[in-house]
Amino acid sequence: MRLARYRPVALFLAAAVALELLAVHGGKGFLLTQLTMSAYYTLVVLGLSLLMGYAGQISLGHAAFFAIGGYASAALTTWDLSAWGGTGLVKALVAAGALAARRDAYGGPVLAFHPWLACACAVALALLVAWLVGIPVLKLTGHYLAMATLGVGTIILSVAVGTEALGAADGISGVPPFPLLFGAAVGGSAAERVVNYYVAFGLLALGLLLLSNLVDSRVGRALRAIHGAEDAAGAMGVDTGRLKLRTFVLSAGMAAVAGVFLTHFNGGIGPSEASIMKSVKYVSIVAVGGMGSLWGTLATSLVLNFLSLRGYFGSFDDAVFGGILILIMLFSPDGVLSPRLWRAARAAVLRPRPAEAPAAGDAPAAGDAPEDVR
Amino acid sequence: MALLEVSGVSKRFGGVHAVNGVSFRVEKGMIKALIGPNGAGKTTLFNLVTGYFSPDAGEIRFAGRPLQGAPPHRVAARGISRTFQHIRLFPGMSALENVMVGRHLRGRAGFLAGMLHVRSARREEARDRERAGELLDFMGIAALAGSEATSLSYGQQRAVELARALASDPEMVLLDEPAAGLNMRETADLARRIASIRERGVTVLLVEHDMSLVMGISDEVAVLSYGEKIADADPRSVQKDPQVVRVYLGDEEC
Repeated sequence: MRLARYRPVALFLAAAVALELLAVHGGKGFLLTQLTMSAYYTLVVLGLSLLMGYAGQISLGHAAFFAIGGYASAALTTWDLSAWGGTGLVKALVAAGALAARRDAYGGPVLAFHPWLACACAVALALLVAWLVGIPVLKLTGHYLAMATLGVGTIILSVAVGTEALGAADGISGVPPFPLLFGAAVGGSAAERVVNYYVAFGLLALGLLLLSNLVDSRVGRALRAIHGAEDAAGAMGVDTGRLKLRTFVLSAGMAAVAGVFLTHFNGGIGPSEASIMKSVKYVSIVAVGGMGSLWGTLATSLVLNFLSLRGYFGSFDDAVFGGILILIMLFSPDGVLSPRLWRAARAAVLRPRPAEAPAAGDAPAAGDAPEDVR
Repeated sequence: MALLEVSGVSKRFGGVHAVNGVSFRVEKGMIKALIGPNGAGKTTLFNLVTGYFSPDAGEIRFAGRPLQGAPPHRVAARGISRTFQHIRLFPGMSALENVMVGRHLRGRAGFLAGMLHVRSARREEARDRERAGELLDFMGIAALAGSEATSLSYGQQRAVELARALASDPEMVLLDEPAAGLNMRETADLARRIASIRERGVTVLLVEHDMSLVMGISDEVAVLSYGEKIADADPRSVQKDPQVVRVYLGDEEC
């Protein structure tokens, strides 16, 4: 009973292992890079799926939280503090083990924040921003909320582009690898490709496990209740405002964690990560996967992000995601994995078209009436 | 001291006095009904008590403490539960899960406990599941626990809503037209259930059109007309009240 609960996540991990073996032994090990990136983006999308599909709130600014995480970690691990090496504060930081000395790509010494500390600060910053933004913004509903979160995304993007210290339009490069246990590190070296693949998919599986637990808990039921009938949820004692805010902060935190890891994996981050189109992309993937379906979102996100990162959509990448959003909204607002769409598709295939239907004259005798007449 | 005391409460929407200086009391352990023609202000009064509207004037006290101005979830936390005139079940959730949401106030597990599926959350979950099952059983729909709530028949949906309202172990339930859409047999069942809800120590305030239900089970009936209270007494006296007869049946002369 207890173990059955973890079966889907275990199956997911098994599928990830199979995919890795297939790619490496099929001589396509380079694909792991895009799969790794796609896993991190999927972490963002899962958080957004919780917010949109369960709490019923839309965010058109989720790329901003990803970017806050990525940029903050990149900045803290690349800003060289050696020039202030003599000051008391830097000495204290070194003594506390908060700073790490290393050499940059040209062999010059760099004294910057340790990636673990940078990561913690980056995620904390994203949580704080989400909380501050969420208090007023989540009082809005529907397209007002969409507009407000779009505004947040725009502000973060222009801060990223307009700040010299954040590399302006070039972004930040030379971000060091993120050391994990046993000498492994989140970084871009080809030798560590397999390790990084497993780090990304392990993190994704963890996120999935936590969210699928949450959805099936007291809070998860309350969130689904808010989505279904907010006024009735209030009458059950559900503090709708507080739960929405916490969900927003949680999903922003997940985006920030993904931002930190992907930035260290890529060795840098640029303003395109904060762009509105990224946010729209996340929203459209959640829509394709089906609001309120973590597994549907997981599957569609891994596939679509992988195809996008491999460049299958070419210069029309944004157009493809915009188009997907329109098609989904028109034909299947519950996503492509919704039972309703499948029923409709089956009916369309199985049922004879009107033109092919037998004419009224040669209707079958009452005895062999078709099933749906009875 | 009355459990619920509404004193001089008014609510205006634009130029319309939906509720105008209405006062009434509900004693603990009583079944009290609010009746009146359509548009008399009954549902508005419910929404004022449960925090969906806040009154323009007047005072609402529950168990001696002021209630007006509190948002719905705080009103619920004070021990007042409700059902809705137009059934408001949570779609995409089973009947059992709907009732489990009603247990929200009795639980403590937050985001972290839920995500980590910790032991205390598991215990709470098991207890809530059991209690929700009991309530569905009490409403006679235990067999439908796993069905999607919004796919049930009208009468069954009403039953789920009532079970959900009771799930928080409230001191008082407000039932907004619980017999609407029910057939005679279902209405008779409902009357028995409302009586046994009271026997469990829950005070009941209901808004209803169905006179047979109201007169059969209520201890007191307050009559509203055009936002004002015109009568408030035991069912027998209310039925004889000339003003009430006039409001309900019209003047005999015309």
